Amino acid sequence: MARYGMVIDTLKCVGCQDCVIACEAENSVPEGFCRDWITTEAKGTFPTIQMEIRTERCNHCTDAPCVSACPTGASHYHDIGGVVLVNHDECIGCKACIASCPYDARFVHPEGYVDKCTFCIHRVEKGQDPACVSVCPTYCMTFGDFDDPGSEVNKLLNSRRYHSLLPEAGTKPNIYYLT
Amino acid sequence: MNSLSRRRFLKISGATISAAAAVTSLSSVVKGAQKIDEKTGKPIKGIQKIPTYCDVCFWKCGAIAYLKDGELWKIEGNPNDPLSNGRLCPRGTGGIGAHYSTDRIKHPLIRKNERGEEKWVEVTWDEALEYIATKMKKIKREYGPESMALFSHGVGGTFLKHTMKAYGTNNMTAPSFAQCRGPREVGFEMTFGEGVGSPERTDIENAKCITFIGSHLGENMHNTQVQELSKAIANNASIIVVDPRFSVVASKAKYYLPIKPGTDIALLLAWMNVIVKEKLYDVDYVEKYGYGFEQFAAEIEDKTPEWAYPITTIEPELIRKSAREMAKNIPASFIHPGRHTTWYGDDTQRSRAIALLNALLGAWGRKGGFYLPNKFSVPKYSDYPKYPKSKKPLVHNPGHKYPYAEGEQLSTGIREATINGIPYPIKGWMVYATNLLQALPNRDETIAAIKNLDLLVVVDIVPSEIAGWADVILPEATYLERYDDLNNAPFKQNFVSLRQPVIDAPHDQKPNWWIAKKLADKLGVGNYFPWNNIEEYLDARLKKAGLSLAELKKKGVVKGEKQPIYFDEGIEPGFFTPSGKIEFYSLQLEEHGFDPIPKFTDHGNPPPGYFRLLFGRAPVHTFSKTQSYKFLKDAMSENEVWMNQTVANKMGLKSGEYVQLKNQDGKKSGRVKVRPTERIRTDCVYMVHGFGQTAKEMKTTYKKGGSDAELVTRYKMDPIMGGTGMNVNYVTIDWEA
Repeated sequence: MARYGMVIDTLKCVGCQDCVIACEAENSVPEGFCRDWITTEAKGTFPTIQMEIRTERCNHCTDAPCVSACPTGASHYHDIGGVVLVNHDECIGCKACIASCPYDARFVHPEGYVDKCTFCIHRVEKGQDPACVSVCPTYCMTFGDFDDPGSEVNKLLNSRRYHSLLPEAGTKPNIYYLT
Repeated sequence: MNSLSRRRFLKISGATISAAAAVTSLSSVVKGAQKIDEKTGKPIKGIQKIPTYCDVCFWKCGAIAYLKDGELWKIEGNPNDPLSNGRLCPRGTGGIGAHYSTDRIKHPLIRKNERGEEKWVEVTWDEALEYIATKMKKIKREYGPESMALFSHGVGGTFLKHTMKAYGTNNMTAPSFAQCRGPREVGFEMTFGEGVGSPERTDIENAKCITFIGSHLGENMHNTQVQELSKAIANNASIIVVDPRFSVVASKAKYYLPIKPGTDIALLLAWMNVIVKEKLYDVDYVEKYGYGFEQFAAEIEDKTPEWAYPITTIEPELIRKSAREMAKNIPASFIHPGRHTTWYGDDTQRSRAIALLNALLGAWGRKGGFYLPNKFSVPKYSDYPKYPKSKKPLVHNPGHKYPYAEGEQLSTGIREATINGIPYPIKGWMVYATNLLQALPNRDETIAAIKNLDLLVVVDIVPSEIAGWADVILPEATYLERYDDLNNAPFKQNFVSLRQPVIDAPHDQKPNWWIAKKLADKLGVGNYFPWNNIEEYLDARLKKAGLSLAELKKKGVVKGEKQPIYFDEGIEPGFFTPSGKIEFYSLQLEEHGFDPIPKFTDHGNPPPGYFRLLFGRAPVHTFSKTQSYKFLKDAMSENEVWMNQTVANKMGLKSGEYVQLKNQDGKKSGRVKVRPTERIRTDCVYMVHGFGQTAKEMKTTYKKGGSDAELVTRYKMDPIMGGTGMNVNYVTIDWEA
C-alpha cells in the first residue's frame, strides 16, 4: 500500500502563488475558484515578528470526514496512495463534505459537483509530481509516499521539525509543514 | 527541416504531436501551432509542446507552451534553460493570460475625438501605417527626423528602434534606466568599472550571507534569483534584511533592520565603519585591487553605529552584529544591489556605498558574491545600410547636465524637451510596450508633453493608460503569438534562446517586427529590412553562430560550453575604472565635482498627519502590464495600502475598508483597501505598483485598487545620472472613497 502526501518547507516558501496558478492551468479550475492557496501567519508586533508562509490544499486525510459524510460514495479513497477524490458523476452537490472538512478545501464547481485538489493523480500515475510541486520556484514542496520508509518525504520528516494543520480535528492529514 | 530531425524530436519530447509540426516553411508570415492537420484537414488532437521564452517580465525565462487539441493550455519552464531551470514564476505560469486577455485591442485604431477621450475608429493596418508615415514625413520635413522620439521597453522594441534609426532619429529611451536600475548601474561602474547587468550577476546560491536593502526578493519574482535564494536558505545562509516593511524575505532573515526610509546611506557608512575599524574586511583583496582606501577609511572614521542610530533608528548593537555577520562569511557574502533603485535622488551614491561595502567583503568576482558573466556569441545581422547621421545632439540631457546619463537616455529628459522645445522641438512619440503614465513620475508633465505632439503612436497588447492618449494604437501580437530577437543575455551559463509563436494571434494583431518592417516601407526606408520575414533574419544570425533556426525551434535554448565565472577559476581580475582598480575614492566623480566617497544626505520627514509613500512589487504582476491576465487577475485583482496596525487603530481604519490616499499636492490615488498590519513602520505606507488604472477601455482593471503613479508627483533628480528618485512623496488618508 502507499500513502501519498506532501512535506512543505515553510522556510523556503515565499507565498508567490505559482502553485495556485499552475494548478488552475493544469486542471482548468474555473475562474474565481482555486484548489490550493497561500496562508500567511504573522505573530508579534513590529519589528519583532514571526511569520510562516504556507501553501495549503486538501490534506488527503487518512481518516477523511468528507468521505464518511458523503451519502453517495462520491467522495472516496483512491486505490492508489489513499488520495481522496470526488467522483463527479456520483456527486449530488449536497455539500455535506464541505461542511465536514476542517480545512475548507472543497468548493462546488459551477457544473454542480464538488471539486478539490486531486494531488494531480493524473500526473502522479504517469510518474510526474503534482503541478504545484513541479512548478514551485523555491522547491519547497516534496510529494511522496509515507508508507515507504526510504522516501524523500519520510527523510525530511526525520530530519526537521514539522507540524500539520489542525491535528486536533483527528483526521490524520497527510501534509506536513517543516519549520 | 528534414523528416529525420522531426522524428528525433518526437522521440526526445515524447509529445503526441511534435512541435516541429508548427514549422511549415520560412515563407510563412507568422504562424503559431497548427490547429488543422495539413494532410487530413482535421483538427489536431492531443498535446503539442512548443519551446519559447517568456515575456511577462524582462528576465526572459525559457519556457515550453502546451497546446491541447490546438488550444493554448498551459506554459511551463524549459528544463534546459539556465534561467528557469524548468520552473517559471507565477507570472510566467500565468502568461497564457496574455493571449486570453478580454481587454485586448483587436484592430488598429485611429483617434476619433480629443486626445485622452479614448474614442476610436477601427482601421486597416495599411490605413494606420499610412497615417503614421504621412505624419512622420511631415515632422521630418518641418522639424527634421530627430523630432521623433521612441520610448521602448524590452526585446520587442529591437526592430522599431531599427526603423526609427533608419528614419533618422536617435532620440530613444526606456524608463528602465532613469526610473529603475540606472543609479545601480552607474554606482557599480564608478566602483568596479562595470555595472551589475540583467540578469544581475549575483551568485546567490553559493552565498553564505546575503544582505538585502529594500529589495524584496520573493515579492519581486526574478525567477533565477528566487530559485537560488531557496538553495541558499537550504544551505543555512544568513540573510540580513533592511526594509521599513517586514517583507517576505525579512521573515527568512537572521537580522532584520527596520530602517527609517531614506537613511540607507547612513547605515551603509556605519556598517563599513565597523568592518574597517574592526579590520574585518578582506585585507588582501582591498590591498591588491583597491584604490583610495586610506581616504575612504578617513572619511568613514566618524560614521559610527552611534552616529547612525538617531538617523536610521537602528540600534548600534544591531548594526554591529549584522556587520560582523556579513564579514564572518567573506568572500561568500554580498549586499544585493537591488533593481528598482530610484528612491531619493542620491541613489547613485547609495549604490556606490553598496558597491564599496561589497568591495570590503571582497565579493566582486568571487564565488558566493558577484560572478563574471559570459555571453553566448551570436553575431548581429550585418547586411543593413548605414544609418543616416544626424548633426543635432540628443535631446534627453542638454549640456550634459547629468554626466553619467550618457550610456542610456533619460525618459524624463525627452519628456522635458517635448514640453519646452529645448534644445529643439519633439513633435512625435512612438511608444512601444511601456505604459508611460505609470512608469514616469508626475503624470501632469507626461500629459503636458503629449499635448505638444503632432503624433503619438502606441504599440500595445491592451488599451493601456498611455494608449488612451494615442492618435494611433497598433495592436501587437503577444509573445505567445510572435517571434522576437534572440536572447543571449550574459549569465553564469552562456546560452541563446528563441521566442517563437506557439499560437495564432486571435484577431488582427501583428508582431512588432512586422509592424517595424511595414512602417519602414511606408517611410521609404524599406531597404533597411533586406529580409522578407524574421525567420530569415533569425536563421541568418544563428547560422553565423553555427546554429540554425530549425534547431532553436526544436530546443528553444542552446547552452554554450561552461566558462569560468570567478577570479578563483582563473579569470584575471580587471576593473574598467580610471585607476584600473576598485575605486574606494572615485576619480570620475571627483572630476565632475561630486562626492568621491558617498555622504549621507537627510531626506526629511513626513509632515504631521502624512506618511512617506513607498511602493514595490507583488509576485503575480509585472508593472501595470498583467492585471488583465486570466489567473493573475484572480491571484491579485487590486492592491492594498499597508499601514501600521497601531496607526490604523488610532485613525479608526478597519481592514478592508476603502479609502483614498491624497498626496502633498492634492492628487488622489483612487479607491484602495486599507491593510492594517504589524509588518510596517509607523512613518510610511506601502502599495504594490501598477494598480488603480484609469483607462476606461481596460474593463478588467479600470479603477481596481489605488494608483501610486498618480501620487508620485514629486521626484528628485539624481545629479550624477539623471535618475528620478520617487520615494519623496507624502500621503494622507482621504476618507471620501
